Amino acid sequence: MAQPEGLLYSKEHEWVKIDGDNATVGITDYAQDSLGDIVYVELPKIGRQVVQFASVGVVESVKAVSDLFTPVGGEVTEVNAGLENDPALVNREPFEGGWLFKVKLSGDAQTSGLLSAADYESFTKES
Amino acid sequence: MSTPVSDHTATPLIFESGQDGRANRYFERGKSLDQFLPREALRAELPIPDNSEMDVVRHFTRLSQRTFGIDVGFYPLGSCTMKYNPRVNDAMANLPGLRDLHPYTPDDQAQGALRIMWELERSLCSLFGMAAFSLNPSAGAHAELAALLIAKAYFKGRGETKRDKVIVPDTAHGTNPASAAMCGFKVISLKSDKRGRVSVDEVKKVLGDDTAVVMMTNPNTLGLFEDHVHEITRAVHEAGGLCYYDGANANALMGNARPGDMGFDLMHLNLHKTFTIPHGGGGAGSGPLGVAKHLVDFLPTPYVRKKNDSFVLDFDMPKSIGPMRSFWSNFAHIVRALAYVYANGAEGLTKVSQLAVLNANYMRVKIREFLETPYDEICRHEFVASAQELKKETGVRALDIAKALLDRGYMAPTIYFPLIVPECLMIEPTETESKETLDAFVDALRDIVETAKREPEKILAAPVTTVVGRLDETRAAREPDLRWRPTS
Ligand SMILES: Cc1ncc(COP(=O)(O)O)c(C=O)c1O
Repeated sequence: MAQPEGLLYSKEHEWVKIDGDNATVGITDYAQDSLGDIVYVELPKIGRQVVQFASVGVVESVKAVSDLFTPVGGEVTEVNAGLENDPALVNREPFEGGWLFKVKLSGDAQTSGLLSAADYESFTKES
Repeated sequence: MSTPVSDHTATPLIFESGQDGRANRYFERGKSLDQFLPREALRAELPIPDNSEMDVVRHFTRLSQRTFGIDVGFYPLGSCTMKYNPRVNDAMANLPGLRDLHPYTPDDQAQGALRIMWELERSLCSLFGMAAFSLNPSAGAHAELAALLIAKAYFKGRGETKRDKVIVPDTAHGTNPASAAMCGFKVISLKSDKRGRVSVDEVKKVLGDDTAVVMMTNPNTLGLFEDHVHEITRAVHEAGGLCYYDGANANALMGNARPGDMGFDLMHLNLHKTFTIPHGGGGAGSGPLGVAKHLVDFLPTPYVRKKNDSFVLDFDMPKSIGPMRSFWSNFAHIVRALAYVYANGAEGLTKVSQLAVLNANYMRVKIREFLETPYDEICRHEFVASAQELKKETGVRALDIAKALLDRGYMAPTIYFPLIVPECLMIEPTETESKETLDAFVDALRDIVETAKREPEKILAAPVTTVVGRLDETRAAREPDLRWRPTS
């Protein structure tokens, strides 16, 4: 499974795209494939302050309910409204239209503990 | 009006069939319904379908023929103990003196029924090492709820209101955290160790003066015995918490090991699993709740007591959490379970769990020739296999294997549970299956794996022999349509 370059990855299978102060978060192709058909996504409220690696929501598939963790800390500025009616978008386009939420980073972008595309690729092979 | 059905072989709803005036009526000639029922009870607006008796019989017979159950074939659903339900149990539950007894019958005229409840309760106490059982709860999950209400009342009585955490392993059934959340507890999930067990160190890390209850399933849902259970229950007690035993897997140790001896304060049994009661359709179950001595006063009411030589329903228990349901229990199930206990005796019940463990290990060793078995050691009454490698190699997942098993005449095992095993298949054969059946199932599974390697598209297209093929699970979860509504 190809991991897009230019993103950072968490061991909880989220990706984050950092653009200056702003970060976009989603779950990886590996995660959506393991979860199976996604039926519901519960996202954090806009304006909420989130701490890196905290549980901020829930992803429910036909198989299981899983916690959603944020790979970066800051203030939630936007959530993907399209997922309310079409949560399967996460299955179809995990790295594009299926993004989950956006965060305005607090202070310096904390990227410690996150993996590069290549490291994440080998991480998924081990587990 | 009948609505079009999407599949030409699907059975129409009974509401969508029939014609006005077709129903067979058994009233005396010349009499009408209002001569039997008070006028205000007659509701013309109810769309009760007018079907002939024969059509009704055909309708329900047809549905029953399309239903897969333990009476039809092998049903290796993990952590569900789908064993054969002896017909003698039903014969006993159908004895007119028991079947027709009204729950409000005064105690002195229902001595036989009360005695049955008392004898089952005593049998369960001695088999599982508890001081008392309430037969009140109607399912395992219902008993979990009762147990956590008891824990709440117990800590409140001791002034320990800070205890608001329930600790649950990551292999637990979803009902454990759900019951805890329903009682207002915060749930802490425990990561299993490499051996698939609850780790004593991990438990100790989260124990404290805010711990209310630690819930454990033993053997756990990987089919593995929690071999540090004594150390864990001791540590929980030292921290002032209570230990709950989820008895869904009691078929693995009945007669051989007792949760009471392991240090558990509360436990449930699923009579519908371990004690041969038909289940699986969401119908009536029975989940007796067992407690150790210090919690007996909190049990739901009523509780059957023996006074001198007679039996009474005791409603006068000031510390009780109150009744968990209407009337006293799903009484017919109490009769079935006691019939099973007496048919087997202590020795027979001990053998039941030994054979359940033997059957599971026999299958595990045969299945690991062609599917991974991630925790490869002697298991208890069930074990997990994984289709992770097969999926990487062929794209065929656990779900596809499950569908292909339907084509081969089997109920699929539990899949994708426990959550910690990727592409999980959880297999529980039970003691009531013959070696021939186990062998035939293993052969079917092997055939599916081999076909997947040669022609994966065949398995991905399964099932092809069932009335309907792949269902839209996403839509079923998002837009469940479970209720018929009149069209006009
Ligand atoms: C481990 C475990 N605990 C609890 C339950 C809940 O039992 P019930 O379905 O009787 O409510 C189940 C049911 O399958 C189970 O497997």
